[in-house]
Amino acid sequence: MTSVTDVSPARPTFRLTRAFQGLERLVVPALLIAGWEAFARSGMLPPALLPAPSAVLHALGDWVFGFDETTQTYSGHWLRDALASALRVFGGFALASLLGILAGVAIGWSRLFEKTLEPTLQMLRPIPPVSWIPLAIIWFGIADKPAIFLVFLGAFFPVLMNSIHGVKTVDHNLVRAGAMMGANGRQMLTDIVLPAALPSIFAGLRIAVGSAWMLTVTAEMVAVKSGLGYVLWDSYYFLRYDIVLAAMISIGLLGYLSDLGLKAIMARTLRWQQTTTVQGRAG
Amino acid sequence: MAAIELRNIVKVFSDKRRGRDLLTLDNINLDIEANDFVCLLGPSGCGKSTLLNIIAGFEQATSGRTLVDGRQVERPGSDRGVVFQQPTLMPWLTAIDNIAFHLKLKGVARAERHQRAMEFIDLVGLRGFEHHHPSEMSGGMNQRVGIARALLMNPSVILMDEPFAALDAQTKLEMQEELVAIWQKRRCTIVFVTHSVDEALVLGNKIVVMTRRPGRIREAVNFDLPRPRDITSPEFNDAKRRILSLIREESTRLAQAS
Repeated sequence: MTSVTDVSPARPTFRLTRAFQGLERLVVPALLIAGWEAFARSGMLPPALLPAPSAVLHALGDWVFGFDETTQTYSGHWLRDALASALRVFGGFALASLLGILAGVAIGWSRLFEKTLEPTLQMLRPIPPVSWIPLAIIWFGIADKPAIFLVFLGAFFPVLMNSIHGVKTVDHNLVRAGAMMGANGRQMLTDIVLPAALPSIFAGLRIAVGSAWMLTVTAEMVAVKSGLGYVLWDSYYFLRYDIVLAAMISIGLLGYLSDLGLKAIMARTLRWQQTTTVQGRAG
Repeated sequence: MAAIELRNIVKVFSDKRRGRDLLTLDNINLDIEANDFVCLLGPSGCGKSTLLNIIAGFEQATSGRTLVDGRQVERPGSDRGVVFQQPTLMPWLTAIDNIAFHLKLKGVARAERHQRAMEFIDLVGLRGFEHHHPSEMSGGMNQRVGIARALLMNPSVILMDEPFAALDAQTKLEMQEELVAIWQKRRCTIVFVTHSVDEALVLGNKIVVMTRRPGRIREAVNFDLPRPRDITSPEFNDAKRRILSLIREESTRLAQAS
């Protein structure tokens, strides 16, 4: 006879399910990489045009640690290249965040700014940031500045749009409650509207950090002579597709890490929101 | 001098899309004495919330004068505490910081803010929840925070716009009892908007029955049944019958008119 308290047989099954849940997200990438490795080794394409994952990993390893100079001049220089790109991303993103939030809050809050500033900005918004490259080069030359300028252009508009939206959609009754408690105009903005708009502003920042990485790599391909994007483009000229792929992986990884960092800041700042988040169904 | 004086209040909303004007409040005259618990009772759309918003200063009357403590109302202010239909708390602040928000706006230091807010945490029975965010509390608890927030400002009047409408029946009863207890303890003037005859009779010592649009005052009834009120007592039912007949007369009159 089984008693009600006898739950021990269920436990191992439970642990197995948990372990499988951790593994199941690896199934698709593992299959893809295995298939790619097999295809690359089958010799249907020259190894130079489609390097195997093992070759890409080798190139990445040498680029980072410089153990056998397969990546020639880049050997051991990954940190320098990654740092160059990351600084451009950070510079442009910081500038875009600052100005985007300032302009967005001003436009969302004041009818005057909405009328004077918004039409111009909305007209600039549909112009692809990449199309500014010729102007950026003649204005700033070939260095960090044109890249930071492009990153700024790509990151500014998502921050701007989400800040405007966040301020405009603040619950009207919160503003009334603030007025009831005696808030003056400045307090209304800093103590009520701004915190209420933060979730939306953060959503803009997360889109912006993605755009920032896309644009810094684009800029490095044409307007700068350093960074991950430059390595990618330079390796393409020498048909080193293993390094091209290693650069792509590096960019993806760094972009993902910046988003994780931003998410961590967001989770701390918007802790009050967490309990209301709808959790996805497990399994 | 009455705590609140409403003189010939008229409110017309202009419906721009349809190009016509909507008369919402038609010549309201009402005196509310200090320490009165007044219930504004009327059907949905009779303008009772609009009247409350005019006293709060959220809306301006088209014509007429609104005086609170003899001063003309022009804008919202902390001399009139408002409890909204939804709790309307700052979601990023904890219960205690929501209650003390008025003090923060006045530049009072954090330690003193919290010390003064604790009294109101206790008053509305939220001890142990002072560091919870609104999203972590039930609707009833949040509404208690809303009431405490209004009380902390020590306003001359408290304006409540159907604050218990969204609560379940049992919580509603508890909250009504607590509100009466708070009112008896602190002796403040309350204007309470409701569409429920029972709620008005449980709470108010003066019940102002309003008519359907355009809102007018049908009758102001004094109701001094001792508290706690037994909602099954004959006296309660007599009063309920009287109020219901006032409302019914109104419906019949409207039906005949149309």
